[in-house]
Amino acid sequence: MTTPTSPLLAEHEALGASLTEFGGWLMPLRYGSDIAEHNAVRSRAGLFDISHMGQIRVVGPQAAQALDYALVGWLSQLYDGKARYTMICQDDGAVIDDLVVYRLRQDEFLVVANAGNTPAVLVALRQRVAGFKATVEVPDRQQALIAVQGPAAQAILQLPTLTETEAAEAIAMLPYYAITAARVASIDVLVARTGYTGEDGFELFVSADHAVSLWRALLDVGATDGLIPAGLSARDSLRLEAGMPLYGHELDLTTTPYEAGLGRVVRLDKKDEQGEPLDFIGRDALAARRHSNPARVLVGIKSLGRRAVRAGDVLVPDAARPDRTVGTVTSGAPSPTLGYPIAMAYVSAEFSAIGTELIALVRGRAEQVEVVPMPFYRRPAATSALT
Amino acid sequence: MSDQFPENLQYTAEHEWVVQGEPAVIGVTWTAQDALGDVVYLELPEVGAEVTAGAVIGEIESTKSVSELFSPVTGTVTEVNDAAVADPSLVNSDPYGAGWLFKVDVTAYGELLNASGYQKLTQGS
Repeated sequence: MTTPTSPLLAEHEALGASLTEFGGWLMPLRYGSDIAEHNAVRSRAGLFDISHMGQIRVVGPQAAQALDYALVGWLSQLYDGKARYTMICQDDGAVIDDLVVYRLRQDEFLVVANAGNTPAVLVALRQRVAGFKATVEVPDRQQALIAVQGPAAQAILQLPTLTETEAAEAIAMLPYYAITAARVASIDVLVARTGYTGEDGFELFVSADHAVSLWRALLDVGATDGLIPAGLSARDSLRLEAGMPLYGHELDLTTTPYEAGLGRVVRLDKKDEQGEPLDFIGRDALAARRHSNPARVLVGIKSLGRRAVRAGDVLVPDAARPDRTVGTVTSGAPSPTLGYPIAMAYVSAEFSAIGTELIALVRGRAEQVEVVPMPFYRRPAATSALT
Repeated sequence: MSDQFPENLQYTAEHEWVVQGEPAVIGVTWTAQDALGDVVYLELPEVGAEVTAGAVIGEIESTKSVSELFSPVTGTVTEVNDAAVADPSLVNSDPYGAGWLFKVDVTAYGELLNASGYQKLTQGS
């Protein structure tokens, strides 16, 4: 099997990007300095190619009912033009993938899945939707997805050189977790106010044919506002600071939404139009899990020293007893914004309280860490308009 | 490409460079810092420490990953680059100059490669 590539690959190569394999795709890791890219998103704006994300459409008169059954969320409640963060789980409650679902119109939903999980999500969705008047569709032609993230993102998308007045106003008025059709750089796109960085920002869905034109126009026009291309390295450190899970790290087939602290996405209360409880895949297991305290809990970790704890490092309560593991780190890195190393970890519930001091074993040596609240970083209120 | 593989240096398969001398100067290569990304933390041996060729003597950490630092030589550390410890970005901006790491009074050298040998190694990987 060949590695799938973004329609923007030649752009990344021309910009001198280091490339990396991610979720089976060859994607930009960084263009220059990953800290500079991270900081640009926090202070101005970054441009990301996230065309590796899977784009699946569920279409038909019963599309909403089909998704109520297939996913843990209550999608029939979603208004047209709105989006929701949700998950698709197995019968046993384990997470197959975390998703953002956009309701494009009454009978059409856009499901965005993680690159590496898209085949599994497609298989599961097709099986689950089979009994409904709805179909699961993957576009014949490749789609691209470009994110503009950062406090200057809205101002950039509104620039008259990019967007005419009417579309600019629609983008300015777009609430958080909403999507609208718009013309940007004379290209028809879907613009969503969603992202994975902890900043205000937008994701632009565009056909592969027009991806290069859109990417170049955004970079050209946005440069004066500080927009620079940013790679997956910055995307990872940004989402970690924002306390957002990454499938394969915080979420996997041994985890339910409850352990990950995301029980709110499981809508055990969803009902049909007659007020009858709605069945969905994973319901029984998740209902049982909701009322039992999870044995392990996802927590935020701050290092007191300078060495970062990394995915796979183990946590112990006592350096003298390195065999007594009470937790495992799932993601960790030095935080460019905060200036100290941060991490997420699953720990036994009894060690999950804020302020708990633990020892991380980092390549055989003990490092003092502390359980802290997540997210590690929250954007200043002044720039979080409409959220 | 000679900026990335200076002819006057010797190299290890673990991506350190050495200038032979009294003392010898040691750092990490352009290739190493490029693979790591922005270096944010260096852990180096202390002055006076006895180091052994091929043994782990420190760590070099970036936002994206961390790598162990191996000593290319056996001997006694005479000096550590405090400027690079204070500002590890020197390793990215000038890996063969201001980003040097430490100096050693050498009693024995480990296995070293010349520039073309090291370049071949990095291109084979």
